[in-house]
Amino acid sequence: MATEVTQGRAADLRPAGAGAQEQGAAVTGKPPAALAMRAPRNVLAESVKDAFLAALITLALAVPLVGMQTVAGAGFGLALNYRWGQVAVIVAVVFVGRLLLNLFVWKVDRPVTGVFSGTLANIPSLPVGKIATPLLLLLAFALPIIVISYAPQQSRYVLDVGTLILTYVMLGWGLNIVVGLAGLLDLGYVAFYAVGAYSYALLAVNFGWSFWICLPLAGILAAFWGIILGFPVLRLRGDYLAIVTLAFGEIIRLVLINWFDLTNGPNGISQIPRPSFFGIEFIRGEGGFAETFGLPFSPNHRIVFLYYLILLLALVTSIVSARIRRLPVGRAWEALREDEIACRSLGINTTNTKLTAFAMGAMFGGFAGSFFATRQGFISPESFNFLESATILAIVVLGGLGSQIGVAVAAVVMIGGIEILRNLSWLKAIFGPDFDPTNYRMLIFGIVMVMIMVWRPRGLVSTRVPAVYLRKRKVVSAEFVEEGRG
Amino acid sequence: MNRWESDPILTVEHLSMRFGGLIAINDLSFVAGRGDITALIGPNGAGKTTVFNCITGFYKPTEGRIALAHSPEAFSQLPEITAGSRVSAGGSLYLLERMAEFEIAKRARVARTFQNIRLFGGMTAVENLMIAQHNKLMVASLYTVGGIFGLPAYREGERLAMDKAVYWLERVGLTERADDPAADLPYGAQRRLEIARAMCTDPLLLCLDEPAAGLNPRESADLNALLRFIRDEHKISILLIEHDMGVVMEISDHIVVLDYGEKISDGSADFVRNDPRVIAAYLGVEDEEVEVVEQEVGL
Repeated sequence: MATEVTQGRAADLRPAGAGAQEQGAAVTGKPPAALAMRAPRNVLAESVKDAFLAALITLALAVPLVGMQTVAGAGFGLALNYRWGQVAVIVAVVFVGRLLLNLFVWKVDRPVTGVFSGTLANIPSLPVGKIATPLLLLLAFALPIIVISYAPQQSRYVLDVGTLILTYVMLGWGLNIVVGLAGLLDLGYVAFYAVGAYSYALLAVNFGWSFWICLPLAGILAAFWGIILGFPVLRLRGDYLAIVTLAFGEIIRLVLINWFDLTNGPNGISQIPRPSFFGIEFIRGEGGFAETFGLPFSPNHRIVFLYYLILLLALVTSIVSARIRRLPVGRAWEALREDEIACRSLGINTTNTKLTAFAMGAMFGGFAGSFFATRQGFISPESFNFLESATILAIVVLGGLGSQIGVAVAAVVMIGGIEILRNLSWLKAIFGPDFDPTNYRMLIFGIVMVMIMVWRPRGLVSTRVPAVYLRKRKVVSAEFVEEGRG
Repeated sequence: MNRWESDPILTVEHLSMRFGGLIAINDLSFVAGRGDITALIGPNGAGKTTVFNCITGFYKPTEGRIALAHSPEAFSQLPEITAGSRVSAGGSLYLLERMAEFEIAKRARVARTFQNIRLFGGMTAVENLMIAQHNKLMVASLYTVGGIFGLPAYREGERLAMDKAVYWLERVGLTERADDPAADLPYGAQRRLEIARAMCTDPLLLCLDEPAAGLNPRESADLNALLRFIRDEHKISILLIEHDMGVVMEISDHIVVLDYGEKISDGSADFVRNDPRVIAAYLGVEDEEVEVVEQEVGL
């Protein structure tokens, strides 16, 4: 596969400010030197003024929010506890921080962060993918062996996290079909995850059907619900589509809570059968997995099996969706994302094309859902709230719409990142023993996400690899590719 | 009787299109001859693109009948089809005003281009031409099932589709840019690629909305040659909206002139060129007449 990044129209990757200033100089007819000579005096004065304003706003906010703390007073009333020292610290931090940012980043020709942002934005996407894909795959396959041999104490925790990450990788790849390829913004993807989970749980608990029979059924049922959702939203685009899918996700969750006879409501379904190794249960003693294969019993067997099961399911999702992308229907999905009217002028039935995208994406969500049910052994509607949809969508957007390796890396970063941030006890060494790092987990996580989106606004892998080529497969630069607008 | 009236591919009868109170097209009737290049011209806002949108199904006309026949004898079934469904039994006569836009492209085999180019910008030139062959390839891939397993029939279909794409890329001179994103091509090349994409759908009637807009004289001359080639070698009828009179007068077999949604002239290039109503619509009335009027009102 020959590679060559097509140079985009705006391949100019200098900081935006520099270009704008040159342009300004060209328009006014002044040489850039004059601009540079005039700059320093202005910058300092402006920066101080700007920082002072910011500090003033902070003061106004901090006085009521931080400065006055309500505490339980004598008797039943509340008393105010004044904390002017902390207000002063916050205002000072904002003033100095803003001043430094102004002086070194925002109001100068060459921001000190320029080097950093330049390198991050310039990381060529495909070579990374070409090297990273086999490496990640190898790591994924070898992880249980490595962990059990070298860190048996942590093996259960690591494999659980690995399984969780792979579940999100699979969900990301499933949603990628709908959002990344077909460009239909779906905020209710977790509904199909829920349909898959409940399908397996209800069929297994009520009829005693095995996981391997229920898995395809769960996929089919989820795909069916994908089509049900697809019909009313066919005419909608963009924001409107997003709102309806959001509502759909909530409807499914509310139905699960309120249809008590079927779903046991908010209490959820417990004692869902665990998966068997093609009929051989992971139990101690007679007929169990360990005895059948002549191994000493270990609870790790099931964990490792579940890990490989989700790895297999995720790979199936990846291979099937990559393959479909090269087929006529996959090309039609991408064409739909690019221009729906042009699609219709070429005789493509956009109704069917959208429905297949919804159904296909939902099916993989359903598979992942039934895996979730069998792994947890217990499901309740609480597992399928909007935050899940948002997380999956964030993984897809962060990874780069349409890119498989990008989505996988984003899932590792997002889900693995949250897990790593659970173990921040070393921060106590810096901030003292009273510091509780878990409180800052989501804050740090949010900052990291904002930073990634600022530096790589089209996601980690933003280029598009053409599905067919005549002579040479050239990567399409991100700026030409339409983003999903519904 | 004119040639196009004896063997039409498309007949438009009493077509009206109203948007609320605005009458965009008013009782328009014309025919387009089989194997002809028919031009639809008129000043800005005359309703040309609206006619196109009605023919290709993007608008549902308020009134009127638009019939497309795949064979000359099919028009005899017109009264019977009008009373019944939208397609004749043998699939040779279609009432376009009753069909959805994608069916018109797929079954009636009418392809179109757009005034503001609508290529799939993030996809390469060759991908654009492969998407145009979607319906044929869906059948070849057994609606994806055969494609997933890579059955020979699908691979053969894909190969034929690629051959066709390569053929049209050569025709429009874009073989060198086949693997470049469509949005990265120069303007003139995008216009040609859009025509090639329309041709890849295997149409019988090709509707081009201002194909020469924004082209330089050399590119316009190339376009004339391309359209003639499509008509003469592929026996495809062309319906064309164009403002560039150089293109229109040189290649059109038949010209229909619209003004304010009504037909003001209809005939060969020579006939239309000398029609006083056309001259009045485009250029206003002659100076002497203006002077007479001015004297009357005392200017």
